[in-house]
Amino acid sequence: MANIFELQDIEVWDGNMAASHALRQAQVDVVAAYPITPSTPIVESYSNFLANDYVDGEYVMAESEHGAMSCCIGASAAGGRVATATSSQGYALMVETLYSAGGMRLPIVLNVVNRALAAPLNVNGDHSDMYLGRDSGWIQIDCYNPQEAYDMNLVAFRVAEDHDVRLPAMVHQDGFMTSHTAQKVKTLTDDVAYKFVGEFNPMNDMLDLDNPVTHGAQTEEDWHFEHKALQHHALMTNVIPKIQEAFDELKIISGREYNLVEKYNMDDADLAIVCMGSSVETAIEVSNELREQGIKAGVVGIRVFRPFPLEQIAEALIDVKAIAALDRSSPNGTVGALYNELAGALFNSSTKAILTGYVYGLGGRDLTKVNIHTIYRDLGKNAQNGQLMTPLQQFTGLRGPKLSFF
Amino acid sequence: MMLENGWNTFEIGSVLRPFEGSAIDVVEKLPEDRLYSPANSFSISVADWRIEKPLLKLDECIHCQFCWIYCPDMSIISRDKKMESIDYEHCKGCGICVEVCPTNALLMFPEQTDEAEALANWPEPENSAMKGM
Repeated sequence: MANIFELQDIEVWDGNMAASHALRQAQVDVVAAYPITPSTPIVESYSNFLANDYVDGEYVMAESEHGAMSCCIGASAAGGRVATATSSQGYALMVETLYSAGGMRLPIVLNVVNRALAAPLNVNGDHSDMYLGRDSGWIQIDCYNPQEAYDMNLVAFRVAEDHDVRLPAMVHQDGFMTSHTAQKVKTLTDDVAYKFVGEFNPMNDMLDLDNPVTHGAQTEEDWHFEHKALQHHALMTNVIPKIQEAFDELKIISGREYNLVEKYNMDDADLAIVCMGSSVETAIEVSNELREQGIKAGVVGIRVFRPFPLEQIAEALIDVKAIAALDRSSPNGTVGALYNELAGALFNSSTKAILTGYVYGLGGRDLTKVNIHTIYRDLGKNAQNGQLMTPLQQFTGLRGPKLSFF
Repeated sequence: MMLENGWNTFEIGSVLRPFEGSAIDVVEKLPEDRLYSPANSFSISVADWRIEKPLLKLDECIHCQFCWIYCPDMSIISRDKKMESIDYEHCKGCGICVEVCPTNALLMFPEQTDEAEALANWPEPENSAMKGM
């Protein structure tokens, strides 16, 4: 039996420490990892907890991130509770195996501490890695601060391992901005957290020798399509209600409320900024300032990026007059991914909103309140005129001449 | 049977079950007595992968079991350490059994060779001295 870790009701943790305590409290059986900045402290702390008997488990040092996720796949197929962490280049190396984990329906929890992708090499936070995995068939939950990194890890295990779901889940937090910034985190006791996550209930585990299964089968044009459709069906139908259920239960035990789509100052909003990660909190501050000036500015934060809650997003935005989609990843030749998601969600609706996109914060460039004020001013112009008065895509916080398209 | 399947009829994760029902005592059973599932490779013939086949002349065999150990496809049928036959549904004709056979009991022939005719005209060892070593 693992030792109980006595926690204060409120700890001062950065996002990485918060995530690693959640891994400990979930009593993860296997962590296979190849640590990479800025996610390193998550698996480092887990191995520390393991060495000090605060968790019963195995830590496997892999030879690469590809190997780390492959070990996680094997351990999960064998029937264990499995988690790991990565960022950026490591995530990119994992991508092949991410698709395997998704297709094999293995409920691995992957902490992704979002970081830019080279070149140029960069260790700071943006959402390029998060976007890279968005078609891989994983659940993707986004956190804005260390508290959420803690809570969403617990939610991720509970949802991913549910037998109606059985899908791997990523918990995203912004590199350095969230992962290395210590804040107050309200904790659950070890037994309450474990009870919330639930006992691991294996399914088709390879170590059940009386009921052997083959994992990782090959299908060609005959049945591949059907298996992919079955996975998509699970993502589209089962995951959202299970996440909601987990949020409801978490609220009961912790008092903390989470939503599939986080809305701030949105009830009567004319102008809405939609974004992810630590930028949500900056945008909220600005919207509060604008509210004091009588400007009906609101913020929508994406909590669940995959499966994308299309109807809930459309409902949140349908009555606003101007929307800005903030993408923290270079679209490299088109509009931003979030812009596309929102356009897709709103296109067949009755909305008259003007939708624009902003690319920001690449490689850890700060998104300042001044940047956000400027975006709201743009939205104000679009809303007032009922038509596009600004370029459709703009870069914000970029040095040099103004860059915009369409 | 498979063609009646649709996206909603498969088990998740494209897992395949090698046996029908529990396999609790399957290791105690001989392959012919096991309830292999249709998804098991044992249920599928690969005979048409072969262009050459090994033939066995039992009265030349010393039952050393080399072929049984070395066969990569478990296609040598041996019971109680006595060679019986070759599983031609799963033999792919690689020839490893013939390669490791220390006697003249196993030889490769073109796939279309008539077995009775081959056994009646069984070739002499190419190099009896070498084969015997």
